[in-house]
Amino acid sequence: MTTLTYREAIRVALSTALDADPRVLLMGEDVGRYGGAYAVSKGLLERFGPERIRDTPLAESGFLGAGIGAALGGLRPIVEIMTVNFSLLALDQVVNNAATLRHMSGGQLSVPLVVRMATGGGRQLAAQHSHSLEGWYAHVPGIKVLAPATVQDAHDLLLAALADPDPVFLFEHQLLYPTEGELDEARGPARIGEALVRREGHDVSLITYGGSLGKALAAASELAAAGISAEVIDLRTLRPLDTDTVCASVTRTHRAVIIDEGWKTGSFSAEVAALLAERAFYELDAPIARVCSAEVPIPYAKHLEEAALPRVPAIVSATLELFGRG
Amino acid sequence: MIDGRERALAAFEQMVLIRRFEEKCAEVYSTGKIRGFLHLYIGEEAVAVGVMAALSADDNVVATYREHGHALARGLGPGSVMAEMYGKATGCSRGRGGSMHLFSTPHRFFGGHAIVGGGLPVAVGLALADSMLGHDRVTVCFFGDGAVDEGEFHESMNLAALWRLPVLFVCENNLYAMGTALERHESLTDLCVKPRAYGIPAENVDGMDLFAVEAAAQHAVSEVRRHRSPFFLEAKTYRFRAHSMYDAEAYRSREEVAEWAQKHDPIDLAAAQLERRGLLDPAARAAIEDRVRTAVQQACDEADAAPLEPVADLLRDVLTPEAR
Ligand SMILES: Cc1ncc(C[n+]2csc(CCOP(=O)(O)OP(=O)(O)O)c2C)c(N)n1
Ligand SMILES: [Mg+2]
Repeated sequence: MTTLTYREAIRVALSTALDADPRVLLMGEDVGRYGGAYAVSKGLLERFGPERIRDTPLAESGFLGAGIGAALGGLRPIVEIMTVNFSLLALDQVVNNAATLRHMSGGQLSVPLVVRMATGGGRQLAAQHSHSLEGWYAHVPGIKVLAPATVQDAHDLLLAALADPDPVFLFEHQLLYPTEGELDEARGPARIGEALVRREGHDVSLITYGGSLGKALAAASELAAAGISAEVIDLRTLRPLDTDTVCASVTRTHRAVIIDEGWKTGSFSAEVAALLAERAFYELDAPIARVCSAEVPIPYAKHLEEAALPRVPAIVSATLELFGRG
Repeated sequence: MIDGRERALAAFEQMVLIRRFEEKCAEVYSTGKIRGFLHLYIGEEAVAVGVMAALSADDNVVATYREHGHALARGLGPGSVMAEMYGKATGCSRGRGGSMHLFSTPHRFFGGHAIVGGGLPVAVGLALADSMLGHDRVTVCFFGDGAVDEGEFHESMNLAALWRLPVLFVCENNLYAMGTALERHESLTDLCVKPRAYGIPAENVDGMDLFAVEAAAQHAVSEVRRHRSPFFLEAKTYRFRAHSMYDAEAYRSREEVAEWAQKHDPIDLAAAQLERRGLLDPAARAAIEDRVRTAVQQACDEADAAPLEPVADLLRDVLTPEAR
């Protein structure tokens, strides 16, 4: 057990994978010489060389598509996209190729591709570097969508993604990279599609993932002080969603608050709310609540950005309202 | 020149097979057994047949939605291609793909891509894998003149050149992207200048001349193999039919189409060359037509009789089944 940062945990998993399997390579903009836009791959070029720590041109569609082809051709590529906003330039390859080739070929092809990217706001990077679009990806059958929230998961879910025969997308909240936590390297790959109860409680379920987990846990502590026992569910995988764990929690607590940095309209939080309406309607003692980003492109100014993103006080007050204490 | 009587005649027969197969598809389309888009390759057969003749069985092929000819020339059985168009379980993509998405891993035929330009990055990646894994393969990527407009074309040229990947890019320039003529969609109509701008050697060839295409492809493939780096071949060709099954063809004149069909039909041209070389006579031609007619009819009969994929299997192959 060692204490390290989220970015270091990803690096450990990358090194382990690169060591274990000569078919693994990391490719993306500035992953090599520069060391990664978020310094995740720092030092890997020196260890594994430029073939396997491959700097790419600025061509998201081109190199993500090349990752798909390389996966078809027998490699195990990990494609890094700097930020989720830039991944939009590669959406064609994601939705039209990575997600379809297996099905469209009648099961002949398999695309063992891993794609990692930073997501989320909070660093005053404004509207072209701060969005949370993982919910869009979770819409698409044929791919898997992971959102590690802890140091351990940053490591274990990446290893799980690499062991998976299908395209897996990892969304790493940019505020998590410097956070510290414990890593037990020996645990091995996590299970894709498994949500975890991060804090047990019996009055309300706070359902969240990724960069919002810390906020939900902080809100749960405040709620405890107010006499409300909140359970915190970390979804970890957005697709396939662990519907059983979510429904089981709400069956225990009878109340649900969904916290998601995506926008509300047409969103992943709406998906979870719909799931509860479909599968746990009669368990609910109060309406489902959601705390999401304001319906605005994430602004630059600090106070405006803060106002746009989900905050702990908003989670607390949304929860209190379910108890008639708003 | 495709050497040897047998190889030359086999290539010729493939062109006839593609032509008759697609004529049959058009006929069946009107009965409703084939639906969806149906992009016929009629007029362009020499390109796929000539290029495939230069490949080995271990090479990779990536094609577009206008790929019946490529699939057949690559050796996919007419039965499995026809069954795919009928949407049957015996189709080469189990009825999931249809006309635009033919796949066959035994033939290293990687589709069947209907996003214009979308196959190019995938071809680049296949070549990257071969280059890193030390396979001596060539990846051939077919696309139209319209794909040259797309960003993915330029990204792929740059990647293939930068990383020196063994890809043969084959641009089938049939002078139109749907209804938009080449000079209305490309600022420079000499397409070879674009790959050259990326440092990729490029040549063009008369895509209506089977033997010229084959010779150019042999050269191109050997260049790719020798240098383990990309090559671009532009085949100048023409589609005799509508973009998809039907269109009003308001974008070109009947006279233009008729002139191409009369003067440049690749099958007529190849037949004339073979006759001049003493390799084909009317009796041999008739025998080819007979064999092809039988094969096409058999493909339809089999497709007719084939089972549909059970709806219970609808969700099959979205993801890899979990190992038990
Ligand atoms: C990205 C994308 N844009 C538009 C289309 C619609 N479309 C299908 S084929 C085509 C023309 C392509 O022309 P070209 O590349 O020359 O190929 P050809 O059909 O002539 O063989 C268009 C616009 C598409 N399938 N994909
Ligand atoms: Mg064209």
